[in-house]
Amino acid sequence: MSPAQWDLPPELCCRPMAFVALTGLDVVYNAVHRAIWDAFCANRRADRVPISFKVLPGDHEYPKCRTKRTSYEWYIPKGILKTGWMNKHLNLVPALVVLFYELDWDEPQWKEKQSECATKVEIVRTSLQGRNTKVAVVLIQKKTPLPPGEDVMASERAAALCNACDLSGKSLFVLPHTDHLVGYIIRLENAFYEHAQTYYYTEIRRVKSHKEFLNKTTHQLLFVRHQFKTAFFSELKQDTQNALKYYRAAYSLIHELRTHETNILEIKTMAGFINYKICRLCFQHNTPLDAIAQFRKHIDLCKKKIGSAELAFEHAAWMSKQFQYFGDLFDEAIKLGLTAIQTQNPGFYYQQAAHYAQERKRLAFQLCGGPEANLGYPAPDPLETPTGILDFYGQRAWRQGHQISTCFKLVSQELIIALLSNAVAQFKKYKCPRMKSRLMVQMGEEYYHTKDYAKALKLLDYVMCDYRTERWWGLLTSILGTALRCSYLMAQVKDYVSYSMELVGRASMLREDQKSRIQKNVAKVLKNEPPEAEPDCDPSAVKAAQALWNERGSQASGEDLILEVQDSVPFVQCKARFLHPSFHLDVPVQLHVFLLTDSPHPVRFSKLCVSLSNQDYNQYCVVDSLGQAPAQEDMCLVPGRTHRYSFRFVARPEDVGKKIEITGVDLMLGSENGRCIFLNWRGGGGDAASSHEALQATRSFKRRGRLPENEVDWDTVSIQASTMIISRVPRISVQLHHEPPALNNEMYCMMVTIQSHEDIVARDLKLTAGLKPGQDANLSHTTHVTLDGSKMCDDSHRALLPDIPMGDLQPQEKMEKPLSIRCSTTGPRIFLVHVAYTVDTCIEGRDIVCKCHKDETVTIETVVPFEVAVKFVSTKFEHLEHVFVDVPFLLMTDILSMSPWPLHLVTSELQLAPTMAAVDQPASQVEEVVLQTGESASECFCLTCPPVHHGTTGVASGQYVMSWKRKSANATIPVVNTVITLPHVAVETIPLYVHADLPSFGRVRESLPVKYHIQNRTAIVQEVEMSVEPSDAFMFSGLKQVRLRILPGTEQDMLYNFYPLMAGYQMLPLLNINLLRLPAVSGQLLRRFLPSRIFIKVTFNGPANSGIESGARCWSYPSLILTVSQRRSSKVLRQKMGRTVPLLCPPSPNRLSRR
Amino acid sequence: MMTMLGGEPFLLVSKQEQQNYPLYIRSVPSDSELKFHYTVHTSLDVVEEKVSAVGKVIVDQRELYLGLLYPTEDYKVYGYVTNSKVKFVIVVDSSNTSLRDNEIRSMFRKLHNSFTDVMCNPFYNPGDPIQSKVFDSMVSSMMVQTC
Repeated sequence: MSPAQWDLPPELCCRPMAFVALTGLDVVYNAVHRAIWDAFCANRRADRVPISFKVLPGDHEYPKCRTKRTSYEWYIPKGILKTGWMNKHLNLVPALVVLFYELDWDEPQWKEKQSECATKVEIVRTSLQGRNTKVAVVLIQKKTPLPPGEDVMASERAAALCNACDLSGKSLFVLPHTDHLVGYIIRLENAFYEHAQTYYYTEIRRVKSHKEFLNKTTHQLLFVRHQFKTAFFSELKQDTQNALKYYRAAYSLIHELRTHETNILEIKTMAGFINYKICRLCFQHNTPLDAIAQFRKHIDLCKKKIGSAELAFEHAAWMSKQFQYFGDLFDEAIKLGLTAIQTQNPGFYYQQAAHYAQERKRLAFQLCGGPEANLGYPAPDPLETPTGILDFYGQRAWRQGHQISTCFKLVSQELIIALLSNAVAQFKKYKCPRMKSRLMVQMGEEYYHTKDYAKALKLLDYVMCDYRTERWWGLLTSILGTALRCSYLMAQVKDYVSYSMELVGRASMLREDQKSRIQKNVAKVLKNEPPEAEPDCDPSAVKAAQALWNERGSQASGEDLILEVQDSVPFVQCKARFLHPSFHLDVPVQLHVFLLTDSPHPVRFSKLCVSLSNQDYNQYCVVDSLGQAPAQEDMCLVPGRTHRYSFRFVARPEDVGKKIEITGVDLMLGSENGRCIFLNWRGGGGDAASSHEALQATRSFKRRGRLPENEVDWDTVSIQASTMIISRVPRISVQLHHEPPALNNEMYCMMVTIQSHEDIVARDLKLTAGLKPGQDANLSHTTHVTLDGSKMCDDSHRALLPDIPMGDLQPQEKMEKPLSIRCSTTGPRIFLVHVAYTVDTCIEGRDIVCKCHKDETVTIETVVPFEVAVKFVSTKFEHLEHVFVDVPFLLMTDILSMSPWPLHLVTSELQLAPTMAAVDQPASQVEEVVLQTGESASECFCLTCPPVHHGTTGVASGQYVMSWKRKSANATIPVVNTVITLPHVAVETIPLYVHADLPSFGRVRESLPVKYHIQNRTAIVQEVEMSVEPSDAFMFSGLKQVRLRILPGTEQDMLYNFYPLMAGYQMLPLLNINLLRLPAVSGQLLRRFLPSRIFIKVTFNGPANSGIESGARCWSYPSLILTVSQRRSSKVLRQKMGRTVPLLCPPSPNRLSRR
Repeated sequence: MMTMLGGEPFLLVSKQEQQNYPLYIRSVPSDSELKFHYTVHTSLDVVEEKVSAVGKVIVDQRELYLGLLYPTEDYKVYGYVTNSKVKFVIVVDSSNTSLRDNEIRSMFRKLHNSFTDVMCNPFYNPGDPIQSKVFDSMVSSMMVQTC
């Protein structure tokens, strides 16, 4: 029996649709008929009614209806369901036969046509003898019909036609062959569908009506059959809810049947069918849980119905199919929008199907006594029946039942593998990676059984790493075992050795004796001998494999096999480490390689080599039997003992600053005359299990026993796969002498002192100094470095002076180099002083030129040396908002030192703009002044502003240039000129200018002549009213009140003779001036130009008087005033002095104050 | 039949890097021991899914019992996860109806207690396979009960 026997019949799996037969259509030769037929069958989308149409000739013979049984009394059913029944109702017996006939209402030969049509209807009726099938007539008409009721002839003729054909009015249709064919067809279809439903309804009634004739003893099978048929008709009627109900009833009935050897297959088959239908409908009704529950029930009920023991294989095959079909149904439902979950997805059913398929195979093997006993399928198929088809589903061709043929085809392995791969796809979709891996292992094993070793290996190899990373060694060992057998049978040397090594290694759960056997086999392979067969291999396959191995042996002598062992767990472990994370160039690089084997027997190797990122060093990192000939025992790894191999080499000068990495470690097993196998570790060794072991070892607080000398505990070794080569330690000192902070724009002096502590000459000393690269880009534009400190730097100088040659430096010699730095912005800067040189050294007999360098960095802050404040004041030291044209005013500068170091102000200069003029030659008043921190110096210049164009409000004042340096700087250091731009000042013109001419002081009771000059600066004649107010302190002579006219541009002098009456500071008599034409110019404004007070001395007699006169220009001699005060009422005067001294300051002498 | 397994105890376990290697695995000696190992291993798929689901929805964090992981034809697989993400898995025969959810739950609780005792042993290095006589005998007594 082939497994195809269990395939469900297609008529069961399809969706049942009402069957309507169309006759009278000539679809081959008649274009109109063809169009009608196409409209019926094309574009049958879901929104059209579910009907399957078929064109049949008018005289088609429908299946004969057997004469209805009137009594079931003597009837004994032979089976549950006939094999042809479903097909008969799906495809052979129509629910409705439609006769198409071309006939217009105004047909001239109406009578003839009518009778012809009646004849055709009669023919159809005859062939449907006994069936309830409906008949309908469709008249194909060329004309568009009139609305119903309007065409009298049409209704008359229609009635006549119905009569002639014995049709009801509902069964006569008109199909006008016009543009709207599809619309008419859809309406026709719907009418047909109603007829079909009525037909199936009557069929259901008919089947149900048999029930009363049945009895429970002899007609049990019929109960099932009738329920099944009712359900099937309900499905045809598209009544799926009822169909499901009937199927469920049928399903419970079928399990009430008595089972025995002869009918168990039939029961299972039918149960399977009905179960399929139920599950399918449940999924269709979107009740997947019902489907799953039904399926579980089905399996639980049928699992035990094995039947005779010899037929167990058949049962397993049937079970497999059940699961497979359910999986398919489930999967199909998912494609239609059902969502499955991780623990409930089709994968489980496919997996179970595969499981039963394997079970079937196992049982079949048992039955046949092994695959060798496969006799092949007997030539005359004993299952062949004369008709080819059995009458009932699930029955055997022979009814004796006990005679069981042991002849069967073996289940094709493809079936199992296909089921497994289906399951893999499902589990992949539902996030079950481990389930997927497991199924892949099963697939691999299945391939192994089918002797498709290559495919098996591919699959096993693929999943092996999953188990390895999950550290399930038990499972890994089992997979490796299968893989090893595959590779042995294919004589794949490389795979064989690699799997063997892992099976011998620590991850394998094999017993010691098995490991030992495998290791011996590896040894044989290395000697180019065929290994011994793995146990549990198919003997015939082993024979073939041995031949293959022999062939391999003869072909490939001295063949090199490279095995990447990083990702597996081989029997030799490797850890490589550089002794230090960095080595100086003048120290040899040291490297240790540790090897440990966990195999049962010692491992002998013939070469160990380390590959480094710079391959030039590889030659120094080799252990082999040819080279320095290490002791023989060194080449043999004793199980459980850590072996250490040390290498050392001198790095090359060009590798300074580079990383040296271990790119790989190769261990060669075997010999040149046998087979060589290289175990290759990438990087510094380690394998798939080592990182976890290292982690556990660091956690563990178990103290290992003290190890003998020269032995290392494996767990304490860590991998160090790279090292840096760094330059030799410089033996010079670099010192920097300077006085931070730097002052803005000055030439900052830094002395670099280099002293050698080398024992030999340091050659080619080179100094790189300046701004450390990598800082803010603006800094490099505002920093300039030069070696020549005598000249000011400008933008042509760079921020960093690279590689200044300094010549050679003898041992202990000292060298100095001054650097000048100019920083034109404030803020911190990092400066770098880098001294590089070379020395010749000899390491381990090799002369190498070592480059050394020493870096010094220093952060220097740049600060502003001083601040200059500028202000404009009147000659009376009053603050000025604006200056007046041609009226003298004062410009005052305050220089405040901010520098922590004393500042030497060399000179200062006032560079006036053309719009300003000095009253006298302005000379610097701060020349050669030294300012300490926080001190300030001031200067004062008397200026006037020449006339400006009308409308100009502000004029430039010019620049103020300070020349300075720090006090500590020596004479060669250039002076810094700091230019301060003076602020613009607002200028106003004034129509009348008044100024007074008076002596610097007066004496009591001595005449004091005062001359007022009144100047008209307008272009018109000005009328001026003047008056002098009386004062207690003065008598005076002159015009007390006067009105005068002043011509444009001329000046009027007014002379007064004041006669002071009191000593001390006295208010002058107030001069009132009114401009009659310009009342806006008030006397107040004009009075600002005039002195308001004067100092009156007491009268002196004697020569001392003249002395004081000579110093009259200098008003502020406190000592003098003190002298005076001693003579007069000193208290009053001292008070006055305290208040007045600053006010008395005359407009120009040096003024210097300390803060 | 029962098997048990643990993941990485203590730790640092972020859920991504938790490991799933067996700390202890034991089954009634039979031919199909390997099959049990596979069953336990595959059940970790469901355990991981459930554990990560716990992280997403804030459910009662104290509920460590994961319940029936999935039914197969022949076995029922139950899971349990400790707060430190050590997983326990018990596989019982489908036909064994004497074991209800409550019995399984109490078995897990016993296992957890015993496991805690093992972890409290200062000579036990967390992450190493469990080799404890007390634990062994506890498991054996539990297996005798269920068989």
